[in-house]
Amino acid sequence: MSGKPSLAKRIPKIRLSAVIMTAYLLFLLIPIYWLVSMSFKSNSEILNSFTLFPADFTLKNYETILTDPSWYMGYVNSFIYVSLNTLIALLVALPAAYAFSRYRFYGDNHLFFWLLTNRMAPPAVFALPFFQLYSSVSLFDTHIAVALAHCLFNVPLAVWILEGFMRGVPREIDETAFIDGYGFTRFFTQIFIPMIKPGIGVTAFFCFMFSWVELLLSRTLTSVDAKPITATMTRTVSASGLDWGVLAAAGVLTIIPGAIVIYFVRSYIAKGFAMGRV
Amino acid sequence: MDKPVNQRAWILVLPVVILVAFSSVIPMMTVVNYSFQDTFGGNEFFWVGLEWYRELLRSERLWDALGRQLLFSAIILAIEIPLGILVALCMPKKGWIASLCLVLMALPLLIPYNVVGTIWQIFGRSDIGLLGRIVSDMGISYNYAQNAFDAWVTVIAMDVWHWTSLVALLSYAGLRSIPNAYYQAAQIDQASRWSVFRYIELPKMRGVLIIAVLLRFMDSFMIYTEPFVLTGGGPGNATTFLSIDLVKMALGQFDLGPAAAFSLMYFLVILLISYVFYTVMITTDKDGATQ
Amino acid sequence: MEWMAWTWPTALFFAGLAAVLAVMAALHIKYPSTPKTGVLGIETMRGDRLFISLLGSAFINLAWIGLVDAPQYGALIVCGLFALCVFRWV
Repeated sequence: MSGKPSLAKRIPKIRLSAVIMTAYLLFLLIPIYWLVSMSFKSNSEILNSFTLFPADFTLKNYETILTDPSWYMGYVNSFIYVSLNTLIALLVALPAAYAFSRYRFYGDNHLFFWLLTNRMAPPAVFALPFFQLYSSVSLFDTHIAVALAHCLFNVPLAVWILEGFMRGVPREIDETAFIDGYGFTRFFTQIFIPMIKPGIGVTAFFCFMFSWVELLLSRTLTSVDAKPITATMTRTVSASGLDWGVLAAAGVLTIIPGAIVIYFVRSYIAKGFAMGRV
Repeated sequence: MDKPVNQRAWILVLPVVILVAFSSVIPMMTVVNYSFQDTFGGNEFFWVGLEWYRELLRSERLWDALGRQLLFSAIILAIEIPLGILVALCMPKKGWIASLCLVLMALPLLIPYNVVGTIWQIFGRSDIGLLGRIVSDMGISYNYAQNAFDAWVTVIAMDVWHWTSLVALLSYAGLRSIPNAYYQAAQIDQASRWSVFRYIELPKMRGVLIIAVLLRFMDSFMIYTEPFVLTGGGPGNATTFLSIDLVKMALGQFDLGPAAAFSLMYFLVILLISYVFYTVMITTDKDGATQ
Repeated sequence: MEWMAWTWPTALFFAGLAAVLAVMAALHIKYPSTPKTGVLGIETMRGDRLFISLLGSAFINLAWIGLVDAPQYGALIVCGLFALCVFRWV
């Protein structure tokens, strides 16, 4: 707080920030560590003895999940609707984001705001009407129903993120291409899309994540055939006779896709968050 | 930067409009329709006018849930925003340590909401959880499933754990955009650490901080999954926030009419907040562009 | 369509809303509105003022239901006044 930033004063400052940072990271990681270590413990070890490290290291919990269809089909179902959702969101959002980033048209601001309200609307509000809607068109308990339902918040999100990336591409490029005789479709698919690949990657990442982590709508719209892993987990919680080890292992397995994807987009993460469009 | 006016852009936007209209306008219309009617068995409807609204607006249930919700959001903001800024200031500026920190910090953001609930459900239990065990060993009675105060502490700790990184990452991005010349000038002026923060860093972070506050407010305002998994809204109704209450009403009791009226009022509040959000964001964008 | 449980009043309400939007769009094409800055300190177009009026009216109606025992027409009169004020000063 005092005047001169002398060398002697700087060293403790650096240390203080390192201490805070370490403490924060520990705070983030210890609960995750606890989950991971629990997933390698047998149920009797979890309940009867309190150990910091798995004393009796076992892969049995993972074996249960990977051999029991009611568990592993949850992951398959989740993957199917999440991929479908990401695909749909990107396909419709790409041209729309281009339009928003390049042109003014009647009602553009209002339209953009309307899209955003859907990103911000509580899923709880939509759970009941979605249930009725998809039951009435007999799509209840299908992957496409969940994929479409998640478009509610992922499409606006995709438009928002992509628009930010596209705004960064100079408009001269479009104009030159049009002068060179490119039609819109050819320009868009052959020149423009390759140019914003990182943007598409980041968008796909966020669509994937938000669809992957969502529970309420996916649980409401499925019962058996398309039941996602997240819903399978909550059912296990409410059922009698909790198997903590298996539950922990299932949790760890849901974290892994996110951890893998985050590794690939790590250099864009800060930028994606920086636009404040999450 | 003026964009050319081109009405044909509507063609490009049309698929999005149709898709979102299908998944948002039709459901919203249904909610409005339901909210004025009573139903038996979900297929026979009777017009009841404003009855559900009157009943809800004059019942304790809605106001209690709203009160808990506002208190929760206020506490969340009061903790996460300063903590996020502090963490961002402490983050290493470059090198592999910086990217390691980024990846580790982003990790909680990418865990499915219900797994976040599960993690804390396990972590806080005094029989099998590290946190619960340590706290109990220190002689403090702690049980988030029985004691309302403990439930609140756990839900808040969970949310801080889950979302502070978002605030930190946003602030960090804001900090990175400050040119080095500013710091050098401050050093020449022999400015204190505090005044560097107050007069250089804070004003430059203003834009992202506004976004962080609004995002955290909105998201905490519709929190559902994490407390639902952790406490199920209990003990009693202690952690029954708006969304949890609404889902109880809509899918638990299948009271279509009251749930629809509840949804509509909830949505109006959200709409108001989003409008403020959007207006502020547009204004900040403009300020940023003119700077 | 059956599951949506349409009723005449709500159908009329949505039809009215759609009509207002159509009229606003037509007005915008015929007589483009210019942004102005009002008491809230934000730039608003005609569409923004309409949105603020509608959203405000919804809250006025809810407040009326919750606080007053008089018929709902009263709330509509207040809404009309509110909308006038919004268009005049915001």
